[in-house]
Amino acid sequence: MNASTIAQTHIIDLRVRNHPGVMSHITGLFARRAFNLEAILCVPVSGNDESRMLLLVNDTPKLEQIERQLAKLHDVLAVRQRTDLPPDYFERLGKSI
Amino acid sequence: MKPKTPLTTMTKKKYTGATLLTALLERQGIRQMPGIPGGAILPFYDALHTSPIQHILARHEQGAGFIAQGMARVTGRAAACVATSGPGATNLITAIADARLDSIPLVAITGQVAQSLIGTDAFQEVDFYGLTVPITKHNYLVRDVRELLHIVPEAFTLAESGRPGPVVIDIPKDVQIAAIELSDDELPAPGGCRPTPPAKDAEIDALARMLAKAQRPVLYLGGGIIAANASALAHELAKRLDAPAVSTLNALGAIPADSPHNMGMLGMHGTRATHTLLDECDLIIAIGARFDDRATGKVAEFCPRAAIAHIDIDRAEFGKIKRPHLSIEADAAEVLQRLLAHPLLHAEPGTPRASGWLARATALRDAHPLRHPSRETAPLHPVNICRFLAETLPSDAIIATDVGQHQMWVAQAYPFRSPRTLLTSGGLGTMGFGLPNAIGAAFAAPGKRIACVSGDGSLLMNIQELATLADHELSVAVLVFNNAHLGLVRQQQELFYGRRYEASRFETTPDFAALARAFGIRGHSIAANSADPLGDIAAALAQPGPCLIDIPIIATENVLPMVPPGAANNQSIEHAGAM
Repeated sequence: MNASTIAQTHIIDLRVRNHPGVMSHITGLFARRAFNLEAILCVPVSGNDESRMLLLVNDTPKLEQIERQLAKLHDVLAVRQRTDLPPDYFERLGKSI
Repeated sequence: MKPKTPLTTMTKKKYTGATLLTALLERQGIRQMPGIPGGAILPFYDALHTSPIQHILARHEQGAGFIAQGMARVTGRAAACVATSGPGATNLITAIADARLDSIPLVAITGQVAQSLIGTDAFQEVDFYGLTVPITKHNYLVRDVRELLHIVPEAFTLAESGRPGPVVIDIPKDVQIAAIELSDDELPAPGGCRPTPPAKDAEIDALARMLAKAQRPVLYLGGGIIAANASALAHELAKRLDAPAVSTLNALGAIPADSPHNMGMLGMHGTRATHTLLDECDLIIAIGARFDDRATGKVAEFCPRAAIAHIDIDRAEFGKIKRPHLSIEADAAEVLQRLLAHPLLHAEPGTPRASGWLARATALRDAHPLRHPSRETAPLHPVNICRFLAETLPSDAIIATDVGQHQMWVAQAYPFRSPRTLLTSGGLGTMGFGLPNAIGAAFAAPGKRIACVSGDGSLLMNIQELATLADHELSVAVLVFNNAHLGLVRQQQELFYGRRYEASRFETTPDFAALARAFGIRGHSIAANSADPLGDIAAALAQPGPCLIDIPIIATENVLPMVPPGAANNQSIEHAGAM
């Protein structure tokens, strides 16, 4: 990604199992494809059995492929895009922490 | 009527993690399991002592991993292998990565240091979970003995379902020792291949319409056609369409070599005939193929005139390299069965377009055979050896290869007649693959003749498994195409690096026949000046039991045709002197 271009971003919403190692499966998948994760938010849900992850990623043609690869991971239960969240969702979150 | 005795008993049985794992593997149908013991996996080995599972002691964990792969490649079912923590586990990595790239179902079980020691840099501790994240379909670090109850069957289910692949179960020593009481009905059902949802009717319709309309269709078969046990159906489709079929390395054998529809291998070492057909075709039906660069050459120039229909069990393959016009995510056998029953594919056979197209394919194939000297003048030319082996070995023999020139000669020249008769490392290209895979095949297919065609460079990478071969006196013949070089490296240096031969020639070449004898099996050296070297090979093969046959080949012989890496397939170098 050229630093001078203002990238369009997407928010990917993952429902995942909550146990040690899940995060490394997901971040590893991005790293192996030289694809940067701009932001990650992860919270446990369903009484700690599952987690919800929001990933902020730059929009590229590779995104569809990445989503399909994410969906293949055994610990990933659901993948969807969150177009309902405002583009500055993470930016505002960043200011509050 | 007598009252039935209840099938399950509520009496609790005592297990340790190790005996539970053994029981679960037995229920999975594991009968033989290669591996090497060590401290962190010894409780499990202790449990194996009273188990009907036959442990096969390899001489290197990579050998154990590839022996298991050989079993899985021959049967299509997940095989298991075992190693201890630390170096035992890391030695398995190449076999696991190889299984990942070729979609081979494999369950690798490793010992791990006790949980109290994890993260302390304990003796023989390595983060095997972390190491295997990128090379497995899924992996587990077992944290409690109870978890084995769902992890073991789930591991086999994952390995065999959808696109097959390797799964790792890393088990800390304390989990293997932990005691648990279970009643029989608490033991889970064994895992196995889960059916894939069927294709939609509309998709089958759309595919049938595409095929009915195409003037010049080509089937492009990948390893998935073998994994799906759909080879016969693919052959039937080729016949129905009067279409030629090209195969990737891992699909060889799907269409019998002597079928008029078989065009052999495409890609880097495919013939001019396959490249031309793919340039001319107007529809390519890719089945279980992933458009690997070794097959496609420069992607932008692959099948430039063709619409693409892509059938694959893995949705992530669609559009990864080439955007298909139609993609169907389903089991290939199911799609082909329904397609063959479709009314549009029952139109009158022998329409002018169809027969003309297959005739074109046949003419191309006849016009571009492999160029090689005759058997009379050069019996030990590798192409002649491969063809001679095909005449000499039983027709259902299984051929394992290593990686290098010999592998490509086998792929080009050995007439594979049925699926699962070629075991070869396609995606990862692993030297050292052949011998242990051949051993695994011999265990999985008793009674069959197994040949491992290797090179002098490849064989040395797992030569210690000759001892495993000797242990079990398996019917494996190892044929060494010996040119005292890393042949494919030498060839690339000749063709693309200005003949600067750096590190591709071996200063010292061992006496392979003597090595074989040192390991306890028959060793033969074929003399380059023998009056009948092929007869010498046949005589060596005729004796029962394992053997090694060292065959001298000319060091400067190249595998041709060859597409330069990164070039379009139609840029292939056809023969020596064409540069």
